Amino acid sequence: MRTIRYRDALREAIREEMTRDTSVFIMGEDIEDPFGGSYKVTKGLSTEFGKERVRNTPISELAIAGAALGAAITGMRPIAEIMYLDFTTLSIDQIVNQAAKIRYMSGGQVQVPLVIRTQEGSGNSSGAQHGQCLEAWYAHIPGLKVVMPATPADAKGLLKASIREDNPVVFIENKMLYNIKGEVSDKDEVLGIGKANIIREGQDVTIVSYSRMVHESIKAADSLLEEGISAEIIDLRTIAPLDIDTILRSVAKTHRLVIAHEAVVNGGIGGEVAARVIKEGFDELDAPIERVGSKASPLPFSPLLEKEIVCDFNDIVTAVQSIIPNAKEVTI
Amino acid sequence: MNEQICFYRQMLRIRQFEQKAISLFEKGELPGFLHSCIGQEAVAVGVCSALEKKDYLFTTHRGHGHVLAKGMDMKRMVSELYAKSTGSNRGKGGSMHIMDVSVGVLGANGVVGAGIPMASGTALSSKMKKDGRVTVAFFGDGASNTGAFHEGINLAAVWGLPTIFLCENNKFSESTSVKNHQRVERISERAKAFGIPGIHVDGMDVEAVAKAAANSVVRARNGEGPTLIEADTYRFLGHYLGDQVEYRNEDEHAEWVLKDPIVQIEKHLEQAGLLNEELKKNLIQEIDAEIDNAVDYAVNSADPHPNEAMDHIFV
Ligand SMILES: Cc1ncc(C[n+]2csc(CCOP(=O)(O)OP(=O)(O)O)c2C)c(N)n1
Repeated sequence: MRTIRYRDALREAIREEMTRDTSVFIMGEDIEDPFGGSYKVTKGLSTEFGKERVRNTPISELAIAGAALGAAITGMRPIAEIMYLDFTTLSIDQIVNQAAKIRYMSGGQVQVPLVIRTQEGSGNSSGAQHGQCLEAWYAHIPGLKVVMPATPADAKGLLKASIREDNPVVFIENKMLYNIKGEVSDKDEVLGIGKANIIREGQDVTIVSYSRMVHESIKAADSLLEEGISAEIIDLRTIAPLDIDTILRSVAKTHRLVIAHEAVVNGGIGGEVAARVIKEGFDELDAPIERVGSKASPLPFSPLLEKEIVCDFNDIVTAVQSIIPNAKEVTI
Repeated sequence: MNEQICFYRQMLRIRQFEQKAISLFEKGELPGFLHSCIGQEAVAVGVCSALEKKDYLFTTHRGHGHVLAKGMDMKRMVSELYAKSTGSNRGKGGSMHIMDVSVGVLGANGVVGAGIPMASGTALSSKMKKDGRVTVAFFGDGASNTGAFHEGINLAAVWGLPTIFLCENNKFSESTSVKNHQRVERISERAKAFGIPGIHVDGMDVEAVAKAAANSVVRARNGEGPTLIEADTYRFLGHYLGDQVEYRNEDEHAEWVLKDPIVQIEKHLEQAGLLNEELKKNLIQEIDAEIDNAVDYAVNSADPHPNEAMDHIFV
């Protein structure tokens, strides 16, 4: 085990997969050295592997996604880096209409080992066009897998899995997580796509979360513990496919469910999780399901207004308190 | 005031504004990102000299020079950089989304190329309403590789819209040299693909820019359709503040710094006997005072009230 940053864990995954398999390559804007990418994930890779396999592109998001798809259906394993999830709106025809469907439409003639790597999230006043959490859009598309790691270990293990996956994966990082540190295995650990992780066991309530909000859920659970509430935390890790069994098992134990994500509540993954639990675990529920997410507004530039819109651990604490009858009123 | 002195003063104003913004940003007073336009002042000033207040302008993440030259109030602008309630966008936009409809500034943009098709749309509106306005869309060399560039300009060409597509070729798309992101020697050559005039101009020469812009504006106002202008310039600093510019070719940089548009016009004015040390000092002080005043105004302005967070989503 070593303690490394999320950013470095991602780089290690790319590096190891590029070493293992010469059909793996990466392309994106400004990813070559010495710049090494806007968030420095690819730093060092073009020096090590050369510019044939670590390719800078023009500002042409549609072409990046499309060219990666073309390469994927003809025997390569491309990773396409789109600098911000917001800019995948420019790639979306190639991702949604093409990559997600070409195998199906062709009656199974091709496979699509394509990874679209990108990042989302608020928290640094980057405004309305550089921090949107649009993952639910992609999770809504049959034919796409959507992976959203919260820790360095998951970032590495899931990126390796995504690169080896024969289906298109939208791999969404979070910009505020790049510097977090965590333990990562020294071995070639490849995680399973579609498997949630119980990161803390508890009795009274299940908090389902993913990506950055996992860390807010941990803070919330710590704070709830002080008032005697024991929360179980599930990190989904993959939002499509959804590991509903792990959620149902937990709800069968705690009988209460809160779902927390940074994306706006309306139309978010929280709604999907809630609907599945109501349908498949209705009898286990002792309280209404609570959803925590950001307010339905574009992201403001002002740090003060940004805080007003984006949810945090306080909102999770409040949501839990609202569905636990004897919870003490706490002021934070 | 003599036109050249006027150009000089405006360029100086943008330069000093940017220097102040950088120092404030470095002190941690301004949130978000900052993309400096130092080195590119002649393009902003030259182009805007050909425009009237009623004309429309779209800019980019590197837009401070454009909006100042278009006549945006500096107090409201600095307040926006400070995310204050008195900012032009009430603290919701910041540097990358700065907008001031009152002077025709229809927005900076966080999405590269996105202003280009919008500029075709405002020009369409002007054509349909016969309001005599023209629209200028500023964008960089990097933006000329987006779909928005090709689709947006082609549409304006097909419909003969009153638009000036103004590409500031500052030699970089973030860390990528223009040599590595496109094969055409001149971006203005791309005009051929749309069947419109493409003009290449020295973007370090404010008068040359002003002339090219004025001709295109006349064409546009006469209903003769859009023009693509490429202004050859250089980004003196990094892509954003904090960029280490390890990718930069220092010889190339040094060569361009010698062409500093402000130094060039200074020399010119001095030779013509129109500028001396005293006048220069006075101008600098006058501009500094305006900037300090704007910063004071911003610093003393109120933050937006948290309740405003959900305002302005819908009408
Ligand atoms: C669609 C899109 N892709 C990528 C980015 C990230 N990005 C911001 S500025 C920039 C470079 C823009 O280069 P250019 O158009 O030449 O303008 P300059 O920065 O040189 O003024 C990039 C890649 C973005 N904002 N929007």
